[in-house]
Amino acid sequence: MSPLDVLLWVAFPYAAFAVFVLGHIWRYRYDKFGWTTRSSQTYENRLLRWGSPMFHLGILFVLAGHVVGLLIPAEWLEAIGVDEHIYHIGATVLGSAAALLTIAGLIILIYRRRSIGPVFLATTRMDKTMYVFLGATILFGTVATVMYQVLGPGYEYRGTVSPWLRSLIFLQPEPELMAGVPLAFQLHVLCATALFALWPFTRLVHVFSAPVGYFFRPYIVYRSRDAGRSNRPTRRGWEPVATPQDAKKAAKARR
Amino acid sequence: MKVMAQMSMVMNLDKCIGCHTCSVTCKQAWTNRTGVEYVWFNNVETRPGIGYPRGYEDQEKWKGGWERTKRGRLKLKAGGRFSKIAHIFSNPKLPEIQDYYEPWTYEYDMLLNSPASANIPVAKPKSLLTGDDMAIKWSANWDDNLGGSQETASADPILQHMSEHVAMEFEQTFMFYLPRICEHCLNPSCVASCPSGAMYKRVEDGIVLVDQDACRGWRMCVSGCPYKKVYFNHKTGKAEKCTLCYPRLEVGLPTVCSETCVGRLRYLGLVLYDADRVAAAASVENEHDLLEAQRDVFLDPHDPAVIAAARAEGIPEDWIDAAQRSPIHKLIQEYRVALPLHPEYRTMPMVWYIPPLSPVVDVVADSGADGEDVRNLFAAIDKLRIPMEYLAGLFTAGDVDPVARSLKRLAAMRSYMRDVNLSETRNEHIAEAVDMTGAKIEEMYRLLAIAKYDDRYVIPTAHVEQARELEEIACSLDYEGGPGMGGAGPFGSSSGQPVPVAVENFHVLKNRQTADRPSTPGRVNLLNWDGNGTPPTGMFPPKSSE
Repeated sequence: MSPLDVLLWVAFPYAAFAVFVLGHIWRYRYDKFGWTTRSSQTYENRLLRWGSPMFHLGILFVLAGHVVGLLIPAEWLEAIGVDEHIYHIGATVLGSAAALLTIAGLIILIYRRRSIGPVFLATTRMDKTMYVFLGATILFGTVATVMYQVLGPGYEYRGTVSPWLRSLIFLQPEPELMAGVPLAFQLHVLCATALFALWPFTRLVHVFSAPVGYFFRPYIVYRSRDAGRSNRPTRRGWEPVATPQDAKKAAKARR
Repeated sequence: MKVMAQMSMVMNLDKCIGCHTCSVTCKQAWTNRTGVEYVWFNNVETRPGIGYPRGYEDQEKWKGGWERTKRGRLKLKAGGRFSKIAHIFSNPKLPEIQDYYEPWTYEYDMLLNSPASANIPVAKPKSLLTGDDMAIKWSANWDDNLGGSQETASADPILQHMSEHVAMEFEQTFMFYLPRICEHCLNPSCVASCPSGAMYKRVEDGIVLVDQDACRGWRMCVSGCPYKKVYFNHKTGKAEKCTLCYPRLEVGLPTVCSETCVGRLRYLGLVLYDADRVAAAASVENEHDLLEAQRDVFLDPHDPAVIAAARAEGIPEDWIDAAQRSPIHKLIQEYRVALPLHPEYRTMPMVWYIPPLSPVVDVVADSGADGEDVRNLFAAIDKLRIPMEYLAGLFTAGDVDPVARSLKRLAAMRSYMRDVNLSETRNEHIAEAVDMTGAKIEEMYRLLAIAKYDDRYVIPTAHVEQARELEEIACSLDYEGGPGMGGAGPFGSSSGQPVPVAVENFHVLKNRQTADRPSTPGRVNLLNWDGNGTPPTGMFPPKSSE
């Protein structure tokens, strides 16, 4: 195990995770106003109508696949009757379908972003950086799948990549597991890790705005003017007279 | 009974001359920023006409507002919660910018800095979206004064319910202006459509607002509003809408559109209503009953039981007093001349309109008869089927009777006051013909025709103990934190904490006043001017001696 292995498979992922968590906290506290999907649908709808649902649904399937493949140990799946053969076929077929949907959607979206004038002008430098890493992650993931799972005999990443990831989660990192992994998989993992580090500083933050609360709230929202929602923070030393309990409550409401 | 107060507006369409002063001052106060170039919180439409955005009233296309299910419940016309989330990756009913219009500017530098040449320099129109040359083909009031409407008016969703023949005849006989702002509905479908819960109705005064920090740009509110009065800021990626100038209202000033209205046709005041009965009223079966159902939701501010319930809800005494003096309550409930815009959307809109009588008077006068004689006017109101049906299509879901009753009261007022002015006779039979008394008619005349400032605007201020929170009172110096005090945040102009309205306006004003040359010649911000004292710099050209 070389120092490079420790750097790539222990230090980098942990650093990226720390940036991911702290970055989101910082962004939420500092830049709620910038926390949006930054939709460009008003500029153009014909391509978006197809590209956006394809990409988003595809990437959600991809996410589900990664949860099953990476977080659930192979033994658990075997215990409920999903052996290596069934898993391999399932993962390859469903995974390829999801990848196809995602990539087709992404191609439409990137083509749209480049060719439609107003959409291109509304693209920030951060968007472009994000697209590079997102595209590279998806590209290497697809290359790895096609090379090893579809055309090749099948690479058993659940013996290396998955336990490595879980070892990171349980704070017992085992970088040696990643050392012998094929290059395409390694690049996929590295690109994804970098994407996670970039995440809080891009429009990808909208993932954490999935409006789950919409299912549980009444349709009409009422809010009081003096619920402390004013966007003007009270200056230090100018807090109104209140008991310590009330002051705490007001501070909470303001948040 | 749950008493709530609603700040609302009535517009007297008879007095609207279509000068667009309200639109322009509103734009200068609120939407002269990049990202909302195409946005008019207040716009004035010529009717018949297709409106702004184009054909917004066609709810079979846009699916705004609510509809009643067979079981008598209300559901969002564009689909409920599950449908909204299922379509979140691509909103199927979102107007594109072309449905409003592509915003543009002119290459003014070509005029200002052109060297002497044989040809007159031309300021070409440039798209504000792409910066390219563009051909201007549409805008917010392209069909102003029926301009080009022989081609476009047939697309008016109201006219489409009437025949082609009627449409042509209509244009020759009838035209009026319809100023529109957000309706600040009692049952707002935009609020219900927001997946993030960022839109809300203020408890104190019922103003519907967007929390800019909580909006995530899903755009469902834009589709949900049947009046298309929520807009998407394409620069910040957030929804924006008419705020009813809440920073002004909170300190007792009328909205900018009201303050600057040349015809003095806008009225502002409180209405007390029973929040518990809103849902039931919005879901009555027959669309023609919606007007009466909404009137039934309003409470009589003089009723001791209502006053007691209002006090129990914590509504301050001066607000109850303001509700009793409210011109809105008088126009809607006492004189019953004001009508809501499109009650059939079932959102319980709270900006109401007094339908225009002047076209009826014109027809009578043009025929050579006495346009102020009450019998002639009544006969014309009964006979003029086309304009009546058109007005009913706008204000009463197609029911002609309430429109006729409203216009007859206006006609009676006209005749009655003519007699008073000419011969000091008070013809009670004119008042009786419209179920009023002469005294009531004179009261209504005072409110509608004399229209004193203090009668038009009865605005209780927000309370002093809450003043710390108010935007308008804020001094720019005591705002700290955030990048708003200068320059943009690291994620572009849309990032960082929002700047308080008062601070933003302070800087805009200061920049304009201290700049060597105005960046946008002739622009004046009227938000901070209350009509007293010196007008803002730039409103009038400098005196020649200076």
